[in-house]
Amino acid sequence: MAVTANPGPGQPTVDLREPAGWRRTKNQVATILMWAAFAITLVPLVLVLYTVIQKGASAISWQFLTGGPIPPNVLPLGVGGMGPAVIGTLEITGFAALMAIPLGVLGGVYLNEYGATSWLAKLLAFLSDVMTGVPSIVMGLFIFTIWILHFGYSGVAGAFALACLMLPIVIRSTFEMLRLVPDSLRQGSYALGATKARVTVTVVLPAAIGGIVSGSLLAVARAAGETAPLLFTILTVEATNTNIFSGANTALSTQIFVNATSPYVGAESRAWGSALTLIAIAFILMIIARVVTARFTRYTR
Amino acid sequence: MDQPENEVLPKLHVPSTALDVPAESFASPAVFNVDGVSIYYGSFRAVAHVSLTIHEHEITAFIGPSGCGKTTVLRTLNRMNDLIPGARMEGSIHYRGAGLYDTAVSPTAVRRRIGMVFQKANPFPKSIYDNVAYGPRINGIRGKGRLDEIVERSLRQAALWDEVKDRLGKSGLGLSGGQAQRLCIARTLAVEPDVVLMDEPCSALDPIATGRIEDLMQEIKAKYTIVIVTHNMQQATRVSDRTAFYSVLRDEKSDTRTGVLVEYDRTVNIFENPKDDRTQAYVTGRIG
Amino acid sequence: MNTVAKADPAQSAGPAHPLAHRRPLGDRTFQVLALVAGLLVLVILILIAVSTAQQSTSWFTTAGASGIFSIDWDPANNHFGAMSFVFGTVITSVIAIVIAVPVSVAIALLLTEVVPRRWSQPIVYVIDLLAVVPSVVWGLWGILVLVPWLQNSIYAHIGNVLNGVPVLGNLFGPPISGAAFCTAGVILAIMITPIITSLSREVIATVPAIDKEGAYALGATRWEMIRGAVWPHSQGGVLGAVLIGLGRAMGETIAAALVIGSSATITSHLLAPGYSIPAVIANQFGEASGVFRSALIGMGLFLFAITIIVNLVARGIVERSARRMRGA
Repeated sequence: MAVTANPGPGQPTVDLREPAGWRRTKNQVATILMWAAFAITLVPLVLVLYTVIQKGASAISWQFLTGGPIPPNVLPLGVGGMGPAVIGTLEITGFAALMAIPLGVLGGVYLNEYGATSWLAKLLAFLSDVMTGVPSIVMGLFIFTIWILHFGYSGVAGAFALACLMLPIVIRSTFEMLRLVPDSLRQGSYALGATKARVTVTVVLPAAIGGIVSGSLLAVARAAGETAPLLFTILTVEATNTNIFSGANTALSTQIFVNATSPYVGAESRAWGSALTLIAIAFILMIIARVVTARFTRYTR
Repeated sequence: MDQPENEVLPKLHVPSTALDVPAESFASPAVFNVDGVSIYYGSFRAVAHVSLTIHEHEITAFIGPSGCGKTTVLRTLNRMNDLIPGARMEGSIHYRGAGLYDTAVSPTAVRRRIGMVFQKANPFPKSIYDNVAYGPRINGIRGKGRLDEIVERSLRQAALWDEVKDRLGKSGLGLSGGQAQRLCIARTLAVEPDVVLMDEPCSALDPIATGRIEDLMQEIKAKYTIVIVTHNMQQATRVSDRTAFYSVLRDEKSDTRTGVLVEYDRTVNIFENPKDDRTQAYVTGRIG
Repeated sequence: MNTVAKADPAQSAGPAHPLAHRRPLGDRTFQVLALVAGLLVLVILILIAVSTAQQSTSWFTTAGASGIFSIDWDPANNHFGAMSFVFGTVITSVIAIVIAVPVSVAIALLLTEVVPRRWSQPIVYVIDLLAVVPSVVWGLWGILVLVPWLQNSIYAHIGNVLNGVPVLGNLFGPPISGAAFCTAGVILAIMITPIITSLSREVIATVPAIDKEGAYALGATRWEMIRGAVWPHSQGGVLGAVLIGLGRAMGETIAAALVIGSSATITSHLLAPGYSIPAVIANQFGEASGVFRSALIGMGLFLFAITIIVNLVARGIVERSARRMRGA
């Protein structure tokens, strides 16, 4: 090495240490506050999960999950079970998903593949954004006015309300995912003489399937826990109703709402047990969504 | 000063990367002593064994083909590379005798003294005035009179004052490319740094705007030490006192590319009398 | 797509060109189906407005403007004034925003500017868990755990200390109740934190790295960099996120219904029981009929209109700030 040209650094003539004082303090305080904000949000989350698991676990049994009918609130925990509500939640949420997911995916396809930059597609994309902000209780009132007043209470009415909540979420997530699919993929398929529908169904949608499935599952998880849209659409009865198309029905969420303010120990235990069941359903759906995202997402932002 | 970092340096020096000796013995004081610096991004070695000395009140140009690591070396001089996850440096850099990467050194204090102007002008989405006043303000300078004075002085130094003095309250984003870049220079000068690092500051500008910035560099050279990375060899000959030529070493076995310093000398020597064949080839345009 | 189809001469008949052929039926059907599904959003939004407006006309006609905007809510005597519910909705949402916004923005900054990338994803998952816990479960926990605790361990002390103090005594002094505006505000804050956090994070993540480097190159600390480079870029977007959070807070029903105390009053006491629009609909709709039901549906329509407006304004602000960012 050419040491002659590099006489060495010599003695330091500058002080490069962190200047103590208010600038550094401010930065440290800001960083601590950011972590504190995260810690603060953990508190209610941990507390609610702890309470629900602690109180719910002692209520849950096979009989609790499958037995029925749901007893009057004065009766203790051992009588009957929440079976009708479990069945109701599954059939109503499932039917809502059957309606909302295909329609939502089609809507997302329209926004990205057909509408593209047209004013209509822009308007609909904007409105579906706005629709995600419509309160769930408004959806319940809406279905009440256009359905219940004419056809009476039924599980399917509740499913309609939940589907209205899920639809914009599915549309948005499909739209976002389709936007990530590179155009070269579409062109590769067009070059083989495929029609637009065929390109969309066989190339574009499969390429985005991971994101669409996980977005849809998250929408379902959200809907499964909804109470307000079901209050005036299914009427919350005590017996199992496997016919979703006719007659009043019941669900875990509305049962929790009814039992939460009841002064009886049995009712309170049933509320906690139902809460644990509901959270378990929502979390399982969310975990599946995360796994799908991790395993099958091909294009990310 | 003892340099423990040197002990971890591999004692391997590619002969051709060895420093060329500037002939003068009356060189101005050293600002940076870069000694055996290698820079890694994760396990990828971007630059290997760079050693050079940067002198006070001179303009030093870094030239070389894409991927030769000239920008990477520049960014280690004010610890901007700290912001890149996985970036790591070996070797030592002394700034005015102080180890730049010593544990007690704060990047904030370093960057306060060693400013940087970027390839793309990046004014903050604030008014022109607030852009220039940003640095003084974070350094605790309050008071309208004092700030007004700094803003005017900095904008004058950056040769922008006459163009913007009537619209200091307007957004810095509304300026043309050349003006925005001069605003960024003014913003850097406002904190009265010791060194200004420039990373291809004219690459997005037209020739007229480029000329203004080159004139500006000559004007402020008496007060500052400037290091400039440039793609443009004419620019290096026009503005710089010394030039460091970097090149890319390809390892055929692992197909990795590493930047190395080939030759460092007075600019006139680099362009008219290069000692290395690769420098010769590059400055005469035979390889790009 | 459309333009291509129009330009296709085969569409306008004439002698068959060798390359001409009509788009297959399946292709066209699929396009129509997609369009219909897209239009469904518009149709549902219009139907919501029309059907709820229709069902609430009897409230508008019998109560009149003065009746609607009165504070007198007495279904037994056919008085259906909505103001105490509007008041409660505004108060609880404002409390929720005051609590949730600093926390959410701080977490968004933590995620984008402080923690390394591989740590940010787990934190996002944890925050999202708050959104996956159903509203009714927050309400259940709220009424059975939070309300008694707040009442005995917090509000009672605050009430005692601030009793008689000007202003603060009127806000937080006695009479106190566990189920109160403030409790509902806290629960709502927990529930809207995930959405404000994730929207703010999206906005903050778009701040160009070069702008941040510009601040760092001047010797800024991280906090100074956030104030100087990140904040001017993202304040419009964050305001939009806050408004969207506000819309959520105003419409949140079940949790609020369980912890707000169900008392149709207008008072400055934040630790006293109150009521909100969605809560009164949830609690009283089951027993309502006639004008009573019409009034509840009318308040639902009002809620719908307000949340639509808030969302429109929020998107508008985001758009405008994005445009301002691009210059001019």
